[in-house]
Amino acid sequence: MKQQKSRIDWRSQLMGMLFAGPYLVGLLVFLLLPLAISLYYSFCSYNMLQPPLWVGWMNYRHLLHDHVFWRSLVNTLIYAAISLPFTLSLSVLLAVLLNTPLKSQAIYRTIIFLPCLVPMVATALIWQWLFNSDVGLIDYALRGPLHLAGGVLAGLARLFGAASSTVLTLRNLQPPVWLGEPRWAMTAIILMSFWGVGQTVVIFLAGLQDIPKDLYEAAEMDGIGAVGRFFHVTLPMLSPVIFFNLIMGIIGSWQIFDVPYVMTNGGPGRSTTFYTMYLFDNAFTNLRMGPASAMAWIQLLIILFFTAIAFITAKKWVHYA
Amino acid sequence: MKLRYRLLVHFCLLLAAVAYLGPFLWMISTSLKKESQAVQMPPLWIPHPLELHNYVRVFNSPAFDMSLYARNTLIIALLAALGSVLSSSLVAYSLAKMQWRGRNVVFGIALASMMIPFPVLMVPLYRIFRQVGWVGTSLPLWVPAFFGVPFFIFLLRQFYLTIPKELSEAAIMDGCTHFGIWWRIMLPLTRPALAVVGLFSFMAAWNNFLGPLVYLTHQSTFTLPLALQFYQSRSGGTTYNLLMAASVIVILPILIMFFLAQKTFVRGIATTGLK
Repeated sequence: MKQQKSRIDWRSQLMGMLFAGPYLVGLLVFLLLPLAISLYYSFCSYNMLQPPLWVGWMNYRHLLHDHVFWRSLVNTLIYAAISLPFTLSLSVLLAVLLNTPLKSQAIYRTIIFLPCLVPMVATALIWQWLFNSDVGLIDYALRGPLHLAGGVLAGLARLFGAASSTVLTLRNLQPPVWLGEPRWAMTAIILMSFWGVGQTVVIFLAGLQDIPKDLYEAAEMDGIGAVGRFFHVTLPMLSPVIFFNLIMGIIGSWQIFDVPYVMTNGGPGRSTTFYTMYLFDNAFTNLRMGPASAMAWIQLLIILFFTAIAFITAKKWVHYA
Repeated sequence: MKLRYRLLVHFCLLLAAVAYLGPFLWMISTSLKKESQAVQMPPLWIPHPLELHNYVRVFNSPAFDMSLYARNTLIIALLAALGSVLSSSLVAYSLAKMQWRGRNVVFGIALASMMIPFPVLMVPLYRIFRQVGWVGTSLPLWVPAFFGVPFFIFLLRQFYLTIPKELSEAAIMDGCTHFGIWWRIMLPLTRPALAVVGLFSFMAAWNNFLGPLVYLTHQSTFTLPLALQFYQSRSGGTTYNLLMAASVIVILPILIMFFLAQKTFVRGIATTGLK
């Protein structure tokens, strides 16, 4: 057996490579070559019109002092750090709910999955309209409860002798101008990400269905309640799927582009300028391919870094059966 | 199961359903309103009269040739789906069923390359496609699909591995070539998996925005998402009734496809997370 393996059968070697040929060519032309070109450009000044000019580490040095670069980096990190834990927890929760045997389950599953089918541009338009101040649906829905809560809080504040300006502010509690205020614009984009969890939910649902029933039965015999079963059976058994979705989430959140581009165009100010948007701006608005390529490589390293962290810590919390 | 628990689950799911369906209903509702009704407060859920004319206006808008954009998008999406299915299954067959040195290395590279998102390669790819004169055409949006898509290769390889070795060995005994095995045995056997690949790549191409934004320069080549964004930036975001009508038109084909192939869809997504 071993002898056979050590001698290459040239015919099957050739045939195998021939069949894999499309990908081997694609790998070269659409991945390795671009990566090499990108690395080269990241050390060049280049605007696509004149030939690239070698400038050494200048692009990287300039990025270090570019406050928009840092802003876009921080914005993306904030988005990922808040959106990822929430969307993952929400997805697990929804998947558990959708895994409960009920007759109407098929309808619920379909409804929660539907938003995933919508092109991001259309999603952005729908939510821009929902988040509209004055005539938006969300604004309208918040007005009543905020008025009520504001009245109660104002009453309490007066009772405890708060300043009259505080009382007045509370009494006039208004919904935020969602897309017009920096902090709220980011909040709006994070909230929107909750609408698109359907795909993650379906993956979790499949994971849930793979958990052997007798584990739950055994836990129940031991007198472990529903909450305990969730934390001691469901979560550990689901951890490989959580890990998969975490990795996909890390990679995905670095690509966020369509929604802020359409909905806020990075504003107000630079509050929703995400990493990929600034890379795009550098490359195709300002024709600064050097800094854009440097950003691409930094992005690649950041993704690798976070994925590596996920893989290293995975040993601690991911249970493979 | 306890009734109390079931009621609780029902209640939570009902809340979720309202939250997830609400934006759709609001979009449809707005798309059927007059402009004055669209900004009316308190909001009107069921417009009266139904302004179906909005859809006619979107379709007949001189600056917004909806049927042309739909055709552009459809051609790109179909070619991308065809390319992904053919190339990815061929490559996956080679990686799963053929004996050659380096195939595991190639598979490893394919897996790793899934971590490299498009934005990272955007600049050099643009440069390469400009070199060959493809910028401004739809070629960069579907030709790469014919060179194997790592994610689909990965998916199909897992399927091919579950097919018993004896099947292809027997076929070789009978004088069948590898190409024959792939074409006559593997493709028919993995039809459900191929449907998943076709659907996913069709949808990805249909919904793609950044790619068309980078490569398409003439309005006559625009895809639906790009045209939708163009339309919005032109109209200044004031005519939401028309914008929502346009959005409905962009979303509708995908929704119809989903309901026709719901099983394939859900099974496909389910497998992606587990293998």
